[in-house]
Amino acid sequence: MADKFDCIIVGGGVAGSTAGYMLARVGLEVLIVERGNFSGAKNMTGGRLYSHSLESIFPDFAQSAPVERKVTREKVSFMTQDSAVTMDFQSDRLGFQSKDSYVVLRSQFDRWLADQAEEAGAMVASGILVDELLVRDGRVVGIKAGEDEMEADVVILADGVNSLLAQQIGMRNEIDPHHVAVGAKEVIELPPSVIEDRFNLNGDEGAAWLFAGACSDGMMGGGYLYTNKESISLGLVIGLGGIGKSEYTVPELLENFKQHPIIKPLIKGGKLVEYSGHVVPEGGYNAIPKLFGDGVMVVGDAAGLVINTGYMVRGMDLAIASAEMAARAFIEAKERNDFSADSLFCYQKKLEQSFVIRDMKLYKDFPAFMENPRIFNEYPELAAGLLTDLFRIDGVPNKSLKSKAFSALKKVGLVNLTRDAWKGVNAL
Amino acid sequence: MSIEEKLGFNKFYVDESNAHIIVKKSDFTDEELVILNKIIKACPAGLYSLNEDGTLRFDYAGCLECGTCRILAQGKVIEDWKYPQGTFGVEFRYG
Repeated sequence: MADKFDCIIVGGGVAGSTAGYMLARVGLEVLIVERGNFSGAKNMTGGRLYSHSLESIFPDFAQSAPVERKVTREKVSFMTQDSAVTMDFQSDRLGFQSKDSYVVLRSQFDRWLADQAEEAGAMVASGILVDELLVRDGRVVGIKAGEDEMEADVVILADGVNSLLAQQIGMRNEIDPHHVAVGAKEVIELPPSVIEDRFNLNGDEGAAWLFAGACSDGMMGGGYLYTNKESISLGLVIGLGGIGKSEYTVPELLENFKQHPIIKPLIKGGKLVEYSGHVVPEGGYNAIPKLFGDGVMVVGDAAGLVINTGYMVRGMDLAIASAEMAARAFIEAKERNDFSADSLFCYQKKLEQSFVIRDMKLYKDFPAFMENPRIFNEYPELAAGLLTDLFRIDGVPNKSLKSKAFSALKKVGLVNLTRDAWKGVNAL
Repeated sequence: MSIEEKLGFNKFYVDESNAHIIVKKSDFTDEELVILNKIIKACPAGLYSLNEDGTLRFDYAGCLECGTCRILAQGKVIEDWKYPQGTFGVEFRYG
């Protein structure tokens, strides 16, 4: 193994492998260090990949990459304990190439992406934990793993939300519980024909379904369901800022969620094949850490690049784009032979000029807005109450639709409603 | 289904000789108990629980390596938190 690389990338997830691929394909010496036995072994997602950023690097990737299903059906449900109000959008318009999204399973998908980096010439060292960064005169110059020390012009940290290495060198502080959520997920095996029937899908089409309300028991968070080829991914994400307010533990909440009348028939007869957990960065733009320093750049989850707007959650497309830009920034720095923070500033500039930071900024007020408990309690109740009045006929003289709506709205309070609606619209 | 049964479906390479998380087991202050309650509620693997005598029961063997406990601990209760050594720990086959 060479003593010195052009670039060492810590973490072989979607960000790490993308950066590795971009650098290797222009002939640079790249080492990707992954602590799992293979790329993806430690990774999990809800989850889906919005294709656009990977598509620009690997056109037609979905033809050969191990994707599960293309999402052509979007659902969002507001749940109370015993009911659900659902918005359902089904359209081929969701499937246009490079504007589409795919359900993926990271253990398989990340391995494929790492293989692309390796084929392009990157060295992938799996099963190795990086203990610390080598820092000399305030400059990151490499990594230390066990007894081994390896040096590089630049180290790219793609080591995930819980980046201990970024913390070690002061790129970020201890994670604030209000800036992250914990996810717990079951992969439940079902025959493809059953999945297609239950979710009204043809062939390789897939569904993405988000849930707000009773499933988080009043805490900030929600549920999700994604259809894989031969299984479904079902899980919850609960903000750590509000944890402890429910009498239930996260595993208990997930069990309750599975018993809900809207979920139970969807997973009937299914067989659990894996249970996973992960932390999700949810702080948005205001929680982005320092992105570059002398000899170092931070990408993907380690850089907090996740957008959650309640009706959609993005992370992997941002991770891939940030990694691509870090790689481009490195190539420019290499031409200058200057790897100082001043030189690597071009990484942040590229991010700011791209959709990554623009989108993060656009939704910057949303994480704070979501800490409003009415979103998870009163509003699902309001919607369910209104629809119960609308659809239930019991022989009692009917009230007008207007008065039914008004009495439901009064329960939340018109001032609260107006205020929340205003804040919500502005946060989006 | 219990959380123990669920974890039984996962693939783990447990590093028997090297705990990657070290926790304080007893004599908690009130502040530590508040933190501990949050950790018990949040750990997706349900690895933390209190014994009847108020001591903490914790086993790192089923750890999903999410870091939730470390973030909630804010430097208390958990004395040391590292990732398992390379090749050890959970290995997701789906993810």
